[in-house]
Amino acid sequence: MSEPVLELTGLNKSFGPVHVLHDVDFTVRAGEVTALVGDNGAGKSTLVKCVAGIHPMDSGQVRFAGERVSIGGPRDAARLGIEVVYQDLALADNLDIVQNMFLGRERGSDWLLDEAAMEKAARDTLASLSVRTVKSVRTPVSALSGGQRQTVAIAKSVLWESKVVLLDEPTAALGVAQTRQVLDLVRRLAEQGLGVVLISHNMADVFEVADRIATLYLGRMVAEVATRDVTHGQIVELITAGRSGDLGLARPETATV
Amino acid sequence: MTDTPSAALPRSEPGGAISDFGIDTTTQSTGEAVRDYLARLRGGDLGSLPAVLGLGALVVVFWALSDSFLTLDNTANLLAQGAGKMIIAMGLVFVLLLGEIDLSAGTASGVCAAVMAMHYVRSGNLLGGMGSTVFSVFVGGLVVAAVLALVMRIWVGAALSLVAVGVAMSGVAPNPWVEMLLAVCVGTAIGVITGFLVSKIGMPSFVVTLALFITWQGVILQFIGEGGVFGIGTQPVLFSVANGTMSVAGSWALFAVGAGGYALVVLGEHVGRLNRGLVTAPTPVVLAKVGAVAVLAALATFALTLDRSLNDFVVIRGVPYVVPIVLVLLVVGTYTLNRTRYGRHIYAVGGNAEAARRAGINVGKIRASVFVVCSSVAALGAIVYSSKVGSVDPQAGGLNTLLFAVGAAVIGGTSLFGGRGKVFHAVVGGLVLAVVENGLGLLEQPAAVVNIVTGLVLLLAATVDALSRRRASAASR
Repeated sequence: MSEPVLELTGLNKSFGPVHVLHDVDFTVRAGEVTALVGDNGAGKSTLVKCVAGIHPMDSGQVRFAGERVSIGGPRDAARLGIEVVYQDLALADNLDIVQNMFLGRERGSDWLLDEAAMEKAARDTLASLSVRTVKSVRTPVSALSGGQRQTVAIAKSVLWESKVVLLDEPTAALGVAQTRQVLDLVRRLAEQGLGVVLISHNMADVFEVADRIATLYLGRMVAEVATRDVTHGQIVELITAGRSGDLGLARPETATV
Repeated sequence: MTDTPSAALPRSEPGGAISDFGIDTTTQSTGEAVRDYLARLRGGDLGSLPAVLGLGALVVVFWALSDSFLTLDNTANLLAQGAGKMIIAMGLVFVLLLGEIDLSAGTASGVCAAVMAMHYVRSGNLLGGMGSTVFSVFVGGLVVAAVLALVMRIWVGAALSLVAVGVAMSGVAPNPWVEMLLAVCVGTAIGVITGFLVSKIGMPSFVVTLALFITWQGVILQFIGEGGVFGIGTQPVLFSVANGTMSVAGSWALFAVGAGGYALVVLGEHVGRLNRGLVTAPTPVVLAKVGAVAVLAALATFALTLDRSLNDFVVIRGVPYVVPIVLVLLVVGTYTLNRTRYGRHIYAVGGNAEAARRAGINVGKIRASVFVVCSSVAALGAIVYSSKVGSVDPQAGGLNTLLFAVGAAVIGGTSLFGGRGKVFHAVVGGLVLAVVENGLGLLEQPAAVVNIVTGLVLLLAATVDALSRRRASAASR
C-alpha cells in the first residue's frame, strides 16, 4: 500500500442547522483510484468541495503528503496540486482543446502567448495518456463528443502536474464506448502516480477501476475497504443501509440525524 | 488498455484509422485543407463568409444599377462614410464577445465628440462652454470614473480618466491632438462607469446601457444646446481625419508596410510551426492567401492613387486617412483578441463564464474592461464621423449610429450569444452597411427604403447566426 498523499481526519461540515459531514476520515493514496460512493445527499459533493476549498471546513485536519496544511480557498487547493474535474466539465465550448487545457495558466507573456509551446505540451500530455480519439488538438471543444470532452477535462489535471484528481461522476452522461475511454484514462492517471478519487453511482465502473472504495452514509464514512475484499452486494448495502455484516456502522440507529 | 481509436469516434474519418493526432503531426495536403474547411462550414462555423459573399453581391447589384456607384470618387467617399460606425462596431465586438450589449456606445461616442468639439470651439475653455455647475458635475464624473477604475484595478481606465480631468481643468489651448486625446479619455471614463454598473453592481447590461443611452443623449444636448452646432471643419487636422488623403508615396508606403507586414507575420508563423512539427495549413494555401491579400491591396492602393476628383481643377488622389486608421485598429484589436492573455480570457468568459471563473480568471474585471474598450474605441469612431461631417450637433451618435454598429458586427459574423466573433467581422459588416446606405442613396431611394433594406439585411444576418449556431450544437452531439 502506497503512502497517503491526502489525508483528512475528523472533518465536520454543517450548512446552518444541517450537519452534512460527521467526523469524516478520508485518505487518498498516490497511484491508487479511490472510489467515493454513497446515496444522493450522503455528502459526496460536499466532501469534494471541502477538499477543493470551495466550502470551508468547520473542523478537521488535512495532511497533504504528510504535512499539515489548511485549505482556505480554491487557490490553496490548486497550489497543493488538488484538481477537481466537475460534472459539468467547466470547458469553454468556443475555445479549442489547447486553449481549454491551459485556460487561466497560459504559457508565454501577457502580451504574447506561446501558442506553439502550449500546443506541443497539450499534444504530449494527451499522447502520454494514450488518448487516440481526438483528431487535432486544435479542434474546438464544441465539436467534441461527451467522452472526448471528459477526456480533455481530465487530461488538463495531468498537464498541470496535479497530485490528487477528484472526478465528480465522470461517466454519468456517457455511452458505453465513451465510458470505456474515460475509465481507461482514470486507470492511466493512477498509473502515472496520481491519487485519483472517483465519485460514481455506477457500481460496475467502481468495481472495474477502483483500488479502494470509501462509502458515505448520511454524512458518515461507514467503510473504507479494498475493492477485492468486498462484493457488489456489500457495497450496495453499505450505501443504502450504512452497514453490511461486520462492515459499516455498528448499529443503524446511530446514523439517524 | 483497449485501443479503440476510430470505433469510438462520433464521425468516422474518410482517411481510415487515426493514429495519435495523425493529422496534427503531418502537414495537410491542399485537398484535405479544402475538405476540412467545407466540413467546418457544414458544421455551422460560417464566420464572415456570408457577409463577404453578401458584400460581393451588393457591389455587383449596385454596379449594375448605378453608373456612379463603382467610381473611384464614390468608393473613397463610401469608405469615409462608413468608417465611423465601423470603428464603433470594432469596439462593440469586445462587448458582444461576452454576450453582453452596449446600447449606449452610440450616444457615449456623441458625448466624446461634443466635448472634443467644445474644447476646440471654446478655445480650450470647457468651464466657459459648460457653465460652472455642469462643469463641476462633468469633472466630478470623471473623478468618480477614475476612482471606480482603481477599485476595479483597471489601471489604464483610471489613468485615462485622470488625463481627461487634467485636460478639462487646465484649460489648455486648443490643439487637435489634445482634443482627440480628450475625446478618447472621456470615452474611457464612460466605459468605466458602464463596466462598474454591469460587473460590480450586477445589473443586466441591456438595462444599464439603455439608461445610459438616454442619459448621454441628454448630456450631448446639454453640452451643445438646443439647435446648436459646433463646427470643427475649420480645424485642418480634425477635418482631414475623415476627409484627407495620404500622398501617393505615403499610400504606397502604407501598402508596403501593410501587405509586407501581413506576409511577414503569416509566413513567419507558418515556417515557425513547420519547424516545430506542429499542424499547419498546407504551404500552397498559405502562399495563396498571402498572395491574394497582397494583390488585392496593391490593386486597391493603385486605384486610390488615381485622380478621383470630379472637378478638373482639383486633384484628389491617395488613400484616405480612414483606411490606415481602420487597419491599425483592426490589427491591434485582432492581436489583442488572438495573441494576448487578456484576449484569450475574453473568449473564455464569453464561452463559459463559470469555466473561466474556476480557471482563476477574474471574470468581473474582464466584464468591466470590455465596456471600457468599447467606449474608448467608440470615441475614436466619434472623431471620424464628426470629422466627416465637419461639425457636431445634438444628434451626434444618436439616431441609428448604435444600431448600425451592432448590425455591422452581427452581419460580419459576430454572435450575439457571446463567445464567437472577430474585430474583422466589424469591418466586413460595416462595409456591407456602408454599401447598402451609399448604393441606395445613389439610386435616389428615400430614407424609408434605406431603413427597411438595412433592417432586413440585419435580420438576415441574425438569422444566419442563430441557424448556424443551432447547426453547430446539433453537429457536436
